[in-house]
Amino acid sequence: MAGAPSIEEVIEDFNVLKCMQCGVCSGSCPSGRQASLNVRRLVRKIGRDHAAICDESLWMCTTCYNCQERCPRGIAIVDVILAVRSIAAHEGLILERHRHVAYLLQEHGHAVPIDDTHKEKRMQLGLNSLPSTVHSHPDDLKDVKHLLASCGFGEITGRKE
Amino acid sequence: MMRISLFLGCLVPNRYPGIEKATGICLETLGIDWKELDGASCCPAPGVFRSFDEPTWLALASRNITLSETDDRDVLTICNGCYGSLADANLKLKNNSLLKEQTNSHLSQIGRHFDGTIDVRHIIEFLYSEIGVQKIKEKIVRPLDLKVAVHYGCHMLKPSSSRATASVEHPSVFDELVEALGCTSVDYPDKMECCGAGGGVRSALGETALAITEHKLGKIEDADVDCIVEACPFCHMQFDAGQVSLAGKGREFGIPVIHYSQLLALSLGYSAEDVGINLNEMDCSDFCNLLGK
Ligand code: SF4
Ligand code: SF4
Repeated sequence: MAGAPSIEEVIEDFNVLKCMQCGVCSGSCPSGRQASLNVRRLVRKIGRDHAAICDESLWMCTTCYNCQERCPRGIAIVDVILAVRSIAAHEGLILERHRHVAYLLQEHGHAVPIDDTHKEKRMQLGLNSLPSTVHSHPDDLKDVKHLLASCGFGEITGRKE
Repeated sequence: MMRISLFLGCLVPNRYPGIEKATGICLETLGIDWKELDGASCCPAPGVFRSFDEPTWLALASRNITLSETDDRDVLTICNGCYGSLADANLKLKNNSLLKEQTNSHLSQIGRHFDGTIDVRHIIEFLYSEIGVQKIKEKIVRPLDLKVAVHYGCHMLKPSSSRATASVEHPSVFDELVEALGCTSVDYPDKMECCGAGGGVRSALGETALAITEHKLGKIEDADVDCIVEACPFCHMQFDAGQVSLAGKGREFGIPVIHYSQLLALSLGYSAEDVGINLNEMDCSDFCNLLGK
């Protein structure tokens, strides 16, 4: 189970310490302008200490890539955030709602499975009530579950409910 | 002619099936050799699942890709999230033999193998480069006289290091495809900004997502358009269901949200009901009436 990198590896692999705190990233960030993410500060924190994995603002990034496209030091900021999120997740730091989405994927092979309201909408359009995805192919769903088990995904996300 | 398999993902078939219907109509009318990718799963959603565990993300994405490799077809996505997930995973596995080996060891347990023989496409980039604006214009039976706010979304164009498309800051491909149908693409401030939904923000921190959405809707409202056109069911849901949530807080916008497949099908002569525009979360009856039958 390869899993997550260490924070030292992330700092090294993505040149996090090259950050010069110029703030181009936070100036480009919709989640900073409209909400409270400060990505410049988050990058500094990641470069300094392991506590960054507990910072809830890690999960406020929409992965829009504005910052990554514009960083003058060429730091792949989104890749850094995703890598640090995975360290957090492997240490059990997963938001409740995300845990639920992970459960849906493990159960149905879809993060957003069909429900009765939308079966109805499909039929109104003349489509089959179930789409041609894993929803109509139990063997494929079995394969998906097998793969998730092979990756140890249930242990990482805490299979419950 | 290019052979493709249509990857549905989760939100199109399970929340906005009108987009599924419309896409089938468009591919058929344009004479494209296509079929649905039977047995596909969640891409899996990049913001959440790639965040948790990269090996799991690669294993599930690559299973979807191998289903299409077996058919020797490129994968066509109609969602920025599915595109981001599958195109990035495909590229990573093609370029990194160690990751490919690790992923194939998981896949071997279900008798599959990632070869790296096909590409992942996005419907906007696909229509633009494989069919072309001119050929689309020739197929139009009903030019649409609509003022449109085009919303590119993020992962169609970014990260630019893994995309073939041109400009990230000032692209025109999507606008050209919209104008080919007779519409006017109206410019507006922050046009290239995010809808707010991605990265797992909508699912876990809904208020943060909604604040970003409200800001963008405000700019679109000022531009005085007939509708928003996007090419991603996640942006579609964020703007559509988001307007319902905002209306509940006393902030009404009333701007209909339409996927490009639906807009194209309208111009090919289909009605708003044929492609499920009336099945949006918000009431679009004025817009459906405006379009007529
Ligand atoms: S744009 Fe790059 S260099 Fe500037 S503060 Fe952000 S991460 Fe650091
Ligand atoms: S990718 Fe995340 S951190 Fe960067 S600008 Fe977008 S929302 Fe902000």
